[in-house]
Amino acid sequence: MKQDRTGTSVLTRRRARREWEDEVLNPALKKTPERMGEFTTLSGIPVERLATQENLEGWSPDEKLSLPGEYPFTRGPHPTMYRGRLWTMRQFSGFGTARDTNRRYRYLLDHGQTGLSVAFDMPTLMGLDSDDPRSEGEVGREGVAIDTLADMETLFHEIPLSSVSTSMTINAPAAVLLAMYLAVARKQGVPWPEVRGTIQNDILKEYIAQKEWIYPPRPSLRIIVDMIAFCTQQVPLWNTVSISGYHIREAGSTAAQELAFTLADGIGYVQACVEAGQDVDAFAPRLSFFFNAHSDFFEEIAKFRAARRIWAKVMRDRFHAKDPRSWMLRTHAQTAGCSLTAQQPHNNIVRVALQALSAVLGGTQSLHTNSMDETLGLPTEQSVTIALRTQQILAEESGVASTIDPLGGSYFVESLTDTLEKEALSLIDAIDRMGGIVASIEQGFPQREIAEASFRYQQQLEREEKIMVGVNRYREGGEARIEVLKIPASVEPTQIRQLKQVRKQRDSAAHRRALDELLRCATEGDNLMPAMVRAVEAYASVGEICTTLKAPFGEYREEKTYF
Amino acid sequence: MKKKPTSEATEISSHPATGTRLRLLVGKVGLDGHDRGAKIIARALRDAGFEVIYTGLHQTPEMVVATALQEDVDAVSLSILSGAHNTLFPRVIELLKKAGVPVPVFGGGIIPEEDIAHLRKAGVRAVFTPGTSTQEVIEWVKTHIRPRSSEIASRPARRSGPPASGRRPTSGRRKTARR
Repeated sequence: MKQDRTGTSVLTRRRARREWEDEVLNPALKKTPERMGEFTTLSGIPVERLATQENLEGWSPDEKLSLPGEYPFTRGPHPTMYRGRLWTMRQFSGFGTARDTNRRYRYLLDHGQTGLSVAFDMPTLMGLDSDDPRSEGEVGREGVAIDTLADMETLFHEIPLSSVSTSMTINAPAAVLLAMYLAVARKQGVPWPEVRGTIQNDILKEYIAQKEWIYPPRPSLRIIVDMIAFCTQQVPLWNTVSISGYHIREAGSTAAQELAFTLADGIGYVQACVEAGQDVDAFAPRLSFFFNAHSDFFEEIAKFRAARRIWAKVMRDRFHAKDPRSWMLRTHAQTAGCSLTAQQPHNNIVRVALQALSAVLGGTQSLHTNSMDETLGLPTEQSVTIALRTQQILAEESGVASTIDPLGGSYFVESLTDTLEKEALSLIDAIDRMGGIVASIEQGFPQREIAEASFRYQQQLEREEKIMVGVNRYREGGEARIEVLKIPASVEPTQIRQLKQVRKQRDSAAHRRALDELLRCATEGDNLMPAMVRAVEAYASVGEICTTLKAPFGEYREEKTYF
Repeated sequence: MKKKPTSEATEISSHPATGTRLRLLVGKVGLDGHDRGAKIIARALRDAGFEVIYTGLHQTPEMVVATALQEDVDAVSLSILSGAHNTLFPRVIELLKKAGVPVPVFGGGIIPEEDIAHLRKAGVRAVFTPGTSTQEVIEWVKTHIRPRSSEIASRPARRSGPPASGRRPTSGRRKTARR
């Protein structure tokens, strides 16, 4: 007979459980029925009344957990985790002109921050110049406006790139912005091998979720492959792609879909680089991840843990990576913007705290906590401070950073981790059968799955099967008035004036030559990055560079749909 | 998720006087890619029995108006989460007027309370903010949007409903296209 370590046989335990159900549980249920017929996670995974040893039958801690810093990294990518170094508290900001944002950065650096995180405005994210008709009304509104190297020089004015690490959240035109950053480094006399930072550069999730694209998937992927090869050789400390589930989740996916589509994107990048002849261990350690920290506490913790386990296996067994750093999933996390409510906005502080706690218990390497007013506009300095203080309270008051993976071994968390892993693997398998992530995007598979999930959730909200406090329950009349940051109307004309000035002052022959050379590289298959750097150094604008590449690469557009 | 049977839906959304099904355009203007709300609304309105056309992302006001004319819609709803609502809503209204088809314009998104009055004054018929249920929007449409009566007589008979797939033929166009 099977016995566990305490000598209790499995059969005895099952019998005890049945007795408890008959004699204790059922009478209690008769007296006080449960609140709901079915309990599910936010993503719809059924949640049992009680998790016990039985949930983990046949489960081996050596195989599923191992130790921190060791394959498959379920308990964390580093051997000391937060006992050694706390997670990085990285708050994302940018607004108005480069000059405005530079002032905010210098203020943050003077107050002890060591990393910067750049938010760009919508036109920059779409590869448009500030004077493009489509940019009207959007310049500098949701981030900083960057048109040419002149703006980038202003953005990092008096900020030595040798001593800060910079994160840039940009995708479709990422290569242009990286080229500008490297050009600023060169002007400051900072050698590229010393330049540190991260660029999001995750175009695949744009087609799936965030929808800020320029070119179709395949040429976009080629730009990324070029960038990765270039960075491996010339900017070795740069994190080349931050493979992002955040936006997938914000678009309405479930936790398992977030896991699956993000990891499938990662597989897509690794596959493309390997096919282009790159050595997996040369570039894989520089790939990092970015997940959402949503509202279902345990589901999120399980998601982070499952992500590390799946990635480790994929990198070791599928891509035959030898370097453990290639197996290791390092991630940034951000609390879920879509979970915040415009109603009773102060409640958002509590939501953010719980979500942040789940990311920490899930073992994140860095974290952005949203500000309570972000559903209403750009956050004020005060609300950003509360968001940062939330992280500091978790890190230094709550005690959760004192031991590694404190929920490891929990019947519930371990079985939920297994469930998420299984669901994600089955979606990844479906994508593989379609011919990989690019083919599945071209067939609209992830997009459809997410639209389904988000519609389902909306209906659950409307039927009050899922609750948002202040929205479909505990409502209060009247709008809460809280202050939001206003972007002055003068930003747009100022930015356009500066762009026109640069166009007038630059050497137009050199500018033309640089764009021609870029076009040649694109057409003939040379690595685009060196030509990209020369083009930005000739003060070619983001819009001019992106337009130049539309000729060989084409444009991606969404057409109208009849519902 | 099963959609509601079309027959029942058709019944509730037909105009009592004319029996005409309302045709609505859901437009996503601006550069941002936040289409979660637009797609939910489009689908909810479709399930409520209206004919719905969704423009797709990254539309300019000119593109939205061109589609509104081409599709002969009874109302235009715009989803804006980029903060550019004060520019984009009035532009669409003005262009519709200029084109001689001043169909009602309504919409939603992240729109601060203090901007709503301005938008209403500019002619936006209703502004729905986060937390609005799809049912509220459907009710509002049923109450406030009428078929463009002046043209009903002259308008060619409309399709009685979408084909079985729920999608009308798109003349071989794929949802996304390379240039």
